[in-house]
Amino acid sequence: MQDYQNQKSTVLEILDAHLAMSGNLLPILHGIQDTLGYIPEAAVEDIAKALYLSKAEVHGVISFYHYFRETPPGKHTIHICRAESCQAMGSKALENHAKLTLGIDFHETTADQHFSLEPVYCLGNCACSPSITIDKEVYGRVTPEKFENLLATYKGV
Amino acid sequence: MSRLFISRDSTALSLGAEQVAQALAQQTAGQNVEIVRNGSRGLYWLEPLLEVESPQGRVAYGPVQAEDVPSLLASGLLTGGRHPLYLGNIEDLAYFKHQDRLTFARVGLTDPVSIGDYLAHEGYRGLKNALALQPAEIVKHVTDSGLRGRGGAAFPTGIKWNTVLNAPADQKYIVCNADEGDSGTFSDRMIMEGDPFVLIEGMTIAGLAVGATQGYIYLRVEYPHARIALNQAIESAVKNGYLGENILDSGKTFNLEVRLGAGAYICGEETSLLESLEGKRGLVRFKPPLPAIVGLFGKPTVVNNVISLASAPIILDKGGEYYRDYGVGRSRGTLPLQLAGNIKYAGLFEAAFGMTLRELLYDFGGGSATGRPIRAVQVGGPLGAYLHESQFDTPLDYEAFAAIGAVLGHGGIVVHDDTVNMAEMARYAMEFCVEESCGKCTPCRIGSTRGVEVIDRIVDDIEKVKNTELLRDLCNTMTCGSLCAMGSMTPIPVLSSLNLFPEDFGLKTEA
Repeated sequence: MQDYQNQKSTVLEILDAHLAMSGNLLPILHGIQDTLGYIPEAAVEDIAKALYLSKAEVHGVISFYHYFRETPPGKHTIHICRAESCQAMGSKALENHAKLTLGIDFHETTADQHFSLEPVYCLGNCACSPSITIDKEVYGRVTPEKFENLLATYKGV
Repeated sequence: MSRLFISRDSTALSLGAEQVAQALAQQTAGQNVEIVRNGSRGLYWLEPLLEVESPQGRVAYGPVQAEDVPSLLASGLLTGGRHPLYLGNIEDLAYFKHQDRLTFARVGLTDPVSIGDYLAHEGYRGLKNALALQPAEIVKHVTDSGLRGRGGAAFPTGIKWNTVLNAPADQKYIVCNADEGDSGTFSDRMIMEGDPFVLIEGMTIAGLAVGATQGYIYLRVEYPHARIALNQAIESAVKNGYLGENILDSGKTFNLEVRLGAGAYICGEETSLLESLEGKRGLVRFKPPLPAIVGLFGKPTVVNNVISLASAPIILDKGGEYYRDYGVGRSRGTLPLQLAGNIKYAGLFEAAFGMTLRELLYDFGGGSATGRPIRAVQVGGPLGAYLHESQFDTPLDYEAFAAIGAVLGHGGIVVHDDTVNMAEMARYAMEFCVEESCGKCTPCRIGSTRGVEVIDRIVDDIEKVKNTELLRDLCNTMTCGSLCAMGSMTPIPVLSSLNLFPEDFGLKTEA
């Protein structure tokens, strides 16, 4: 809760900037997640109040969409594509390798808070499968070796 | 001055295009060189592709990595000099030459966010024609073209536009479905990153045709580079009088905004998409009423796929007949096919309807990437059928695919070699439905979970015959009882796997 006191002004600013927009809930949630990295549970009440919605409605929307998260992510978020095209080029082996190397499963964050691991269903990079993203960067034809090299690069930053 | 082209397309970036562009900028500093960040030509095995306007025309080099830049420059890159990566004019390669690039005419050729470049390459000619026409005449061109929804459902675009045109309302909307979530598809992304103005022009034409003054592009959050290109192009279109109030002094208004999805596959279903745009959970709506009558915020709404809308400019420029003259039967015009997965020459192949899948896979795709035999091909996304080698001679048109129980969909083609286990792919189809079902109807929400369990039992040899029967019965329930394509089409990949590759389920092949 103490944390949210620091975040509250950011949430209120984002709410304020979107009040006149029609269908504004998703843009607001994106705004909050882009700024804070996640949507704090305590923000739900402020969002609900500003939009004249119930807390359940806001929570319902947050939980419906895979992209929105209610816990802080690690420093870098890795998304591994699980869709068919990537499977045809070895994404299952890559997925297992990533989980083993990082020591975490999907939707988890490493103990040092450096990496979060998430599944994704298609990045539109299907001509160069298998694909992953690290933060907003896309990487194609990712072998376990290439994955190791990328991890090493991102570990330093 | 030398003009160099290196792509800003996501896939090119995923292979190191940014590093190449940076190396070029550094190593040509102080020289009279312009580096244009274009879209991709779609020949992805050659990305990062570097092109240069040289005395002998535009020539290409690829695939280029940053470390190749010094040797390229030493070989006279700026004047089209020879180098081991030299490819000549990319448009002379068979893969490119045999395409019919109508919708993709400019992608990879021009600077995507330069309105000057767009205008210099026949851009906004369709809109100028449309401004001189009555709304019904615009719709007639689209109807005459035979264009059918390229998102996958293949509903005639002209009929949809006509319904919205004739629906009286104080406000109407154009919504572009840019939630391209099917695995193996990237044509929407390529248009948005490589020629965003063609989509903007298409949506503006749609607005004029039906009397809508507001448009939304519902873009999936997985496409950050498309978002940047679209917003740059929208800003430029507004500044130059092609969007906003009084478009080109016509007195007509059309505003356009990009909205982001949040990782829900179901939001590619049009009514779920509308719910999401309204700020709600993406639950599928009952139909009727159709979105064309009661759509976004309860108003008549055109919901079209990116490629459908991006095809409107050429139709209005050259006339409905011009577009209709491509294709076969009731599948008119061109379809941007996307070769993906385990294929040697993966990329975009825009062609008139009618070539066979085999031609595409082997003559242009070059067979599998691994060099092993191609065993199964899924066409039309995760809800499309798996095709067996014996079906590869099927022509790529909507009716021919429907006749074999398959779907052409959005034109995505995912190739698997002979190491694929089709029982695993069938299980994945059900698992994907578990993950992505909106949960509104029972056959989809619960049927998919039961489907995973039943397939596991078949594979584990538990009452194999009975469970196979049960799986078929479950698929029938999902097909007939689901509210939208998510639940009703998930059985297509499942049953095609079961029927064509029974040996992978430990079942005997039918004689």
